[in-house]
Amino acid sequence: MAELIVYGIVLGSIIALGAIGLTLVYGILRFANFAHGDLMTAGAFIAFFLVTGLFPWLGIPDTTFGSLSFGWRMALAFPIAMACVAVVSILLDRILYRPLRLKRSGSVILAMSALGASFIIRMIVLILWGADYRLYRPGVLRPAIQLPLEIKIRPDQIFLLLVVLTLVILLYLFLQRTKMGKAMRATSDNMELARVSGIDTERVIIWTWGIGGALAGAGGILYGIDVQLHGGMGWNFLLPLFAATILGGIGNMYGALIGGLVMGVAQQVSTAYLLPTYKPAVAFIVMIVILLVRPQGIFGGRRA
Amino acid sequence: MRVLEARNLTSGYGETDILHDVSIKLDEKEIVSIIGPNGAGKSTLLKTIFGILRPSQGVIELQGEEITGLSPDKIVRKGMSYVPQVDNVFPSLTIQENLEMGAFVRTDDYRDRLQEVYALFPLLKERRNQKVGSLSGGQRQMVAMGRALMLDPKVLLLDEPSASLAPLLVEMIFEKIVDINKTGVAIVVVEQNARETLKISDRGYVLAMGRKVFEDTGKAILENKEVGKLYLGG
Repeated sequence: MAELIVYGIVLGSIIALGAIGLTLVYGILRFANFAHGDLMTAGAFIAFFLVTGLFPWLGIPDTTFGSLSFGWRMALAFPIAMACVAVVSILLDRILYRPLRLKRSGSVILAMSALGASFIIRMIVLILWGADYRLYRPGVLRPAIQLPLEIKIRPDQIFLLLVVLTLVILLYLFLQRTKMGKAMRATSDNMELARVSGIDTERVIIWTWGIGGALAGAGGILYGIDVQLHGGMGWNFLLPLFAATILGGIGNMYGALIGGLVMGVAQQVSTAYLLPTYKPAVAFIVMIVILLVRPQGIFGGRRA
Repeated sequence: MRVLEARNLTSGYGETDILHDVSIKLDEKEIVSIIGPNGAGKSTLLKTIFGILRPSQGVIELQGEEITGLSPDKIVRKGMSYVPQVDNVFPSLTIQENLEMGAFVRTDDYRDRLQEVYALFPLLKERRNQKVGSLSGGQRQMVAMGRALMLDPKVLLLDEPSASLAPLLVEMIFEKIVDINKTGVAIVVVEQNARETLKISDRGYVLAMGRKVFEDTGKAILENKEVGKLYLGG
C-alpha cells in the first residue's frame, strides 16, 4: 500500500502539472480548455522526436546520468520541448480561441472548438508517429532503489518528483514576486479592473497560455519517461486533469496541485482493489462526488 | 486651467442611449460632483469619460488633448484614473500588491509614490501584507482609491465612493477625498449621498433621466430650494 501511495504521488505530480495550466487558463478566461491533455501529448512527442530523431542525427552522444535512464539528449530536449508546447499553446489561442472570444461566442462554441483542437493535435501525433506505444528504452529496466516499508522506486521517478517540485517552486516565485505574475493573479481576480488599472491584459493572456502549455508539455515528457508514449495519452489524462482542477477549486493554482496529487494517489491505490483499466472510472467518480458534495472545490475557487 | 472637458456626450449600452447631450468640465484642483436620482446616468457618464463605454456623439478632452474613443488602458497613461463603484479591488492580492497593480504601467521607480499614498492612508501601510479580501468595506474603498492614485493622476474619477458604507465611514471617505484633492488632484465624484458631497464640492451637476438639468457651485445647489425638493429629497 505504501508503495502504491508513492506511485500515486508520482502519477499525481504529472496530473498536477497539467491541472495547474488548466486552472490558470480557466481563472483568467473562464474557459475550459479541452485540448489541454493533448498539449501534454504534444510535449511528450516533441521531446521523443528530439531525443530519438534529431539529436542522434546531430551527433549528441547517448550518455546517461548516473543511474538515470537518460542523459544529455533528454536534458536538452526537456526545455526545448516545453518551449515548443508553450508556442503551440499560445498559437492555439491566437488563431482559434481569441477570435471566438472577440466575437463573444458562447461557451458551447468555445468548448466545441477546444474539442476540435484536441482532435487535431492528437491526429497529427498519430499521423507522424503511428498508433503504437513508444518507449525510450525498450526492455531495459533500471534497478530500483529499495526504501523502507517495501517501497521500490526507480531513480527516474525521484528525478521526476524533483523536476515537478522545481517547476512548482519556480511558478510560485513567478506568481508571487514578479510584476507579470502579480498581474496574472490580478487579472484572474478581476479582468475589468485590471484593464482600468492599465494592465495589458492581452499580454497577461499570452503569458498564461505560455506557462500553461509549458507545464502541460513537461507533464507529458515526464509521463513518457516514466511510463510510455501514445497518441491518446493526453486525452486519457483529461478526466483526471478536470477532476484535479475541480477538486482544488477552479482557478486555484495551489488547489490544482493538491488536487492532482489526490487524484494520482486515488487512481493508484484503486488498483489494489480494482483492475487498472478502471483507473479513469475512479477519476470520474471522484469528480462526480466533488461536484455533488462540494462544487466550489476543497479550497474554494470561483464559480463558472 | 481646464483639465477635463466633455462636450455633448450621448452614450449608453449597445443600442440604448442612457445619456443625452451632457457636457461637463473640470478645472485644475477642483472637486466637481455629479448627483441625481438612481438611473439618472451618473455612472454611465463616468464610464464614458473613462473609455469603458464609447459615446455615440460628443467629444472628451483631457488636458487639452482629445481622448474620445481611447481605451481605458490608454487613458490611464494620460493622467486620469477611475475607481469603479463595485469590484474595485483585487481581493486575493495583498494591499501592497493592489497598489503595485495601480502602478503597472510605470517602468520607473515608484517607491516614493507608494510612500505618498501610504501617507494619505496610514492604515493601509500598517496592513500592507494583508489580503484585501479580508478587509472591511471602508478599507477596501481606501485600497481602491490608493490604487488609482499610484500613477499620480491629474484627474480622478470616483463612482459612488460612499455606497454601502456606514455613516461614520462615509464621513471618513469624504475627508479622504478632500485630502487627495489637496495634493493637487482634480476630482469628479458621482454620488447618491448628494448633500454630503456638495459640501465638499466646488461645483456640481444635477443629472436626471440622462440629461443635465442643473449646474452651479456646490453651495448654491445646496441652497437652491427647488433643486433640493426635486432631486435631493426635500
